[in-house]
Amino acid sequence: MKRFLSLVAASVMAVTSIFAFAGCGATTEGSDSQSGSDFTVGAIYINSQNDTAGYTYAHHNGITTAMNDLGLDPATQLKIVDNVPEDDTAVANAIDQLAGQGCDIIFGISFGYLNAFNDKAAEYPDIAFSHATGYLSNDTNFNNYFGRIYQARYLAGIAAGYKTLELGNNNIGYVSAWGTEYAETCSGINAFALGAKAVNPDAVIHVNQISTWGDQEKERQAAEVLIDTYNCCVIAQHCDSAQPQIVAAEKGVFGCGYNSDMSEQAPAAHLTAPVWNWNVYYQLAMETVMNGKQIVPEIGNYYGGLTEGMVDISPLTGNCTPETAEAIDLARNLMVSGEWDVFSGTKLSFSGAAGSVTVTMNDEDLKTNDGTVIVAAGGPSVDDGVIQGSMNYYVEGVVAE
Amino acid sequence: MTDSLSVLTLFFFSIVVYSIPLLYGTVGEIMIEKSGSLNLGVEGTMAIGAVLGYIVGCRADSLFVGMMIAFISSALVGALFSFLTVTLQANQNVTGLTITTFGVALYYFIGNGLGNDWPQMGSAPRMVNSFSDMEIPLLSDIPGIGKIFFSHNIMVYIAVGIAVLCWIYLNTTTLGLELRAIGENPGAADSMGINIPLMKYIHIMVGSGIMGLGGLYMGLNMGGTFEGSNCWINGYGWISIALVIFVNWNPAMAVVGTFVFGFFNTLRVYSGSLASTFPGLLGWLGNIPAQFFSALPFIITLLILVVDSMRKNKKSGQPAAIGLNYYREDR
Repeated sequence: MKRFLSLVAASVMAVTSIFAFAGCGATTEGSDSQSGSDFTVGAIYINSQNDTAGYTYAHHNGITTAMNDLGLDPATQLKIVDNVPEDDTAVANAIDQLAGQGCDIIFGISFGYLNAFNDKAAEYPDIAFSHATGYLSNDTNFNNYFGRIYQARYLAGIAAGYKTLELGNNNIGYVSAWGTEYAETCSGINAFALGAKAVNPDAVIHVNQISTWGDQEKERQAAEVLIDTYNCCVIAQHCDSAQPQIVAAEKGVFGCGYNSDMSEQAPAAHLTAPVWNWNVYYQLAMETVMNGKQIVPEIGNYYGGLTEGMVDISPLTGNCTPETAEAIDLARNLMVSGEWDVFSGTKLSFSGAAGSVTVTMNDEDLKTNDGTVIVAAGGPSVDDGVIQGSMNYYVEGVVAE
Repeated sequence: MTDSLSVLTLFFFSIVVYSIPLLYGTVGEIMIEKSGSLNLGVEGTMAIGAVLGYIVGCRADSLFVGMMIAFISSALVGALFSFLTVTLQANQNVTGLTITTFGVALYYFIGNGLGNDWPQMGSAPRMVNSFSDMEIPLLSDIPGIGKIFFSHNIMVYIAVGIAVLCWIYLNTTTLGLELRAIGENPGAADSMGINIPLMKYIHIMVGSGIMGLGGLYMGLNMGGTFEGSNCWINGYGWISIALVIFVNWNPAMAVVGTFVFGFFNTLRVYSGSLASTFPGLLGWLGNIPAQFFSALPFIITLLILVVDSMRKNKKSGQPAAIGLNYYREDR
């Protein structure tokens, strides 16, 4: 009896393994290898997948949107390890876990994940690794991705600039998590300042740096200081919560949020907010891997902007002045067509009333706020400084408070 | 730029507004520690009082109801702590840490669970009105000082009132002295016929309730918005525990202590304003890296701890039996 059972077991195993091999053969043979149903996406988050706002939420939303658009089911085909600190061992463990669950592509959303991603990409050559905001990559299965959010910042700056003209007050406040330490924050401030000054050359951007990514009390307090002691009439922000916009509404001034349309939290104050459409990249990356292509060189390091739809601004609210929409369209067209970019030796200048807003392009030095010339008049844009981290200065019109 | 006097006034006004939660937390923790219990769950206790007090307060459109619920729900958390550490004799440190984890997690659980049903502060106009700044007649007319100390919302005055009442209670009433006896030497207090478990239960619950009010204050001060990955309390509970040592277990000193602590904490966002308003006197503030200001309150706490440990005279207000569970049979 025992022998009979083992014979049955052996034959069952033999038959299933034949089918299994056949299955393997079928998937590797087909050029559009991965049928959607067995494609698995892995994601490593810095905060919780259950967040209802903020950075992790934006990425989670982007990944699930992209999956739905591609006909994938996030409930079964998305494996997540969340609340992973920026610690090499913790990230490496999360990657091992996702690799064990059969993920075909693994996304990591926080800057500090980069070393673990670099190491594990070599260990698992069959899995695609994609890391946001970093600068490491390899030649086959590991790339990084980010967006030209500074382009959207420039557009928001235009809205703020028009508001200062309307109110006859040149003071703009900017609550920033960090200052020149991070190219990410500093480039946002610079682009916003350039946008505002393209409309109102006398605008001054007062930056209050709170030196932390997440502290609602400090964000609120910083906005109060800017409004109360600098008499700022528009409050922009590069921090997580909507507190600066809420304070702006309470004090009867205006503001530009960040990351999401903050009209919801501050309807009376909000003008527009630079927003990310992470799903644009996530869809591209997933499609590439599903089609059996290598993420590098097929995509390489990704740095999409307004052209790709990776970044944008939230719909202009009724708080914006009538000229705003036209001016923003003009600037957007110049950037989308590739004719002009923010950090170049050419400055835009907007004039004219609503209905007849015109833009002129003037070759001018791009200077820091202490007078150093970064790009000579007419020179090319230094937008690479944003991802390479070499942008560590404020442009003219920015005052660090 | 506004004139220099009003910048100073706004600076000190801001210190008061943002330090008050610390006062609630500190006074609550002093009441608990004076009974000989060390409750490290301040952060979680405040979070629970904040979220429940806020939601019910909004629904009822009443600040009073919100404060009651904040007090009661946090007091219940205190009852849980008492049950675990007094009745079941569990380790106080571990229990306190558990309460913090539990409280903050419950905050997120409720907030995320409600989703779009999270009440907006604008939906409770009467509560907002009760929480708005009120100027105390005559006193608020004093230039500078009036704005800094006498034109705040009602919960600021209540916090100071509670601190003073606690000081009177601990230093002048029989019950207060009995409580301190428990904290110093529970064996001796027991032989005097004091009901130790009952006293501990009551004071841990009242102390926790006071913390809950501080949590509610934070939520209201921030406009009542729920951010998915950022708790209102944001470390203030932990700072409160440090402040208890800073003020030497004295509720009246807690008023001064929170103000001093708030001074350094607020300096970070105000350094630029102060530097450009007083370029000669305070211009150097603008050259100090922002990171230093972030670290400053903690450096001050560290210094106080060092000085306090060197002092070691009889004036230390630390209860001798703090952190130790009391077994009558061990006596």
